Amino acid sequence: MSYSVPIGPYHPLLEEPEFFTLKVEGERVVDMDVRIGYNHRGIEKIAQSKTWDQDTFLVERVCGICSTSHPIAYVNAVEDLLGLEIPERAKYIRSVVGELERIHSHLLWAGLAGHFIGYNTVFMWAWKYREIVLDLFEHITGNRNHYAMMRVGGVRRDILKEDIPDFLAGMDELNKKNDMLTKAVLDDPVLHARLKGVGVLSKEDAIAYGVLGPTARGSGYDIDVRRDEPYAAYDLVDWDVIVLPDGDVFAKAAVRLLENAESVKIINQCLKRLQSMPEGDFFIPVEDFPVGEGIGHHEAPRGEVFHYVRSDGSNCPIRHKIRAPTFQNLPSFKASCIGETVADVTLVTASIDPCYCCTERLIQVDDADGNKLYDGQDLIRLSQEKTERIRKQMKG
Amino acid sequence: MSDQRKQTLNSLQERFGSKIEMEERSPKRIYLLADKADVPDVIRFMFQEQGARLCTASGVDGRWGVEILYHFSYDGQNMIVTLRTLVEKPFLKIDSVANFLPAANWIEREIHEMFGVDFIGHPDLRRLLLPDDWPEGEYPYRRS
Repeated sequence: MSYSVPIGPYHPLLEEPEFFTLKVEGERVVDMDVRIGYNHRGIEKIAQSKTWDQDTFLVERVCGICSTSHPIAYVNAVEDLLGLEIPERAKYIRSVVGELERIHSHLLWAGLAGHFIGYNTVFMWAWKYREIVLDLFEHITGNRNHYAMMRVGGVRRDILKEDIPDFLAGMDELNKKNDMLTKAVLDDPVLHARLKGVGVLSKEDAIAYGVLGPTARGSGYDIDVRRDEPYAAYDLVDWDVIVLPDGDVFAKAAVRLLENAESVKIINQCLKRLQSMPEGDFFIPVEDFPVGEGIGHHEAPRGEVFHYVRSDGSNCPIRHKIRAPTFQNLPSFKASCIGETVADVTLVTASIDPCYCCTERLIQVDDADGNKLYDGQDLIRLSQEKTERIRKQMKG
Repeated sequence: MSDQRKQTLNSLQERFGSKIEMEERSPKRIYLLADKADVPDVIRFMFQEQGARLCTASGVDGRWGVEILYHFSYDGQNMIVTLRTLVEKPFLKIDSVANFLPAANWIEREIHEMFGVDFIGHPDLRRLLLPDDWPEGEYPYRRS
């Protein structure tokens, strides 16, 4: 006997609207469907009525967490249309902002993930260390979020020489804390028991669904736009792509935490170059936009962000296509969630770090007769109780 | 690197000959034009034989029809190949590729509801982004 469990349209984990239908037999999920669109704002359509310069700041509003990813992909696309090479100084600044954002996004996810499995210490730590990043953002851009640093042809603000020593000290502090957090999470026996082997996405499925970012790299699918199609300063500094073969929730968490250390490496190198290079232009003014089309992509914290623009020579794009990583990552639940228990599905869907305001977007549960209701809090409780059971078993 | 790119493009041209028209905007950006009847074969070859990854597809509405651009990334080769085709008005129909390429499932659903293009053989063409009470036959991304 199978039941349908409707979950949504409010997500118990990420406070964004989506609607899942789980087909369950007992505790096992045998089929699953998702309905999104509750947050569709028609940004692609609006973009066609704004000018090329205004669109940089419009696409920044696609997402509040990775708010510099869409502008970077967009300016890459427009610079592809123009055939423009940006000044070296702007390249380093773009990479610094892009990587700082990756650290802040990964820490935010690690904190939330910790909370959902009942590890509130991880939540407190991760969000506390994230403050260092946000303070640095405020220092160099003026804002903790929505930095407005990108412009077609370069960046809008320079990173001043006198700010760099403080910045480097902040990165040093962050690196120590992140190192401690990474070791604590990766060495924890309860977390191993709770997360290993849960929601496995095989490499074959990862390729078929075209998943991106940490979701792909956690499944052994070695892709990273920063290395595969270098832009900004990613080919000018040394760093490694983190790839783990297991495909489970643990691997995806580990990829994110280990990536933070790589981001720190990139930022430190960029800052040192900025310190030693002579001050100069950090943008090229652009006046005319030719007829043509351009493609730009950027490795956002959740995976590749893809922008396509077409110009008819006027001051607005006539088509602007935006594809966020969750659009490719979310459909892979068909491969990773089937056969898992309800308590784990919460975790597996969270492990791709879904972002619905990007994609365009769990929640409430009841049985076929509609008389028994779970809300988001209950689902988190289910997940936390399972961790507690594992913890007790291990102690016993 | 560039040898590998040339090899990839040569094998595409050998396989499909005059069925595809190739335009090289820059070494990293290649645009192919194909008839819509040949699109599934070309995509099957790019995905299954050449290991290309479907980034997404863009629909562009025009006077004569809806243009569909399938963007493929060749990740190891630093190249994006865009396969372009025109689905002519008033009968907006094209064969779906979602059966052998699950990555295309959602984007075909999106183009279906936003532009009104029918993807023949798609496993599930329900609405993805538009609300259930959105009127039938209204396509928000059409230009007129």
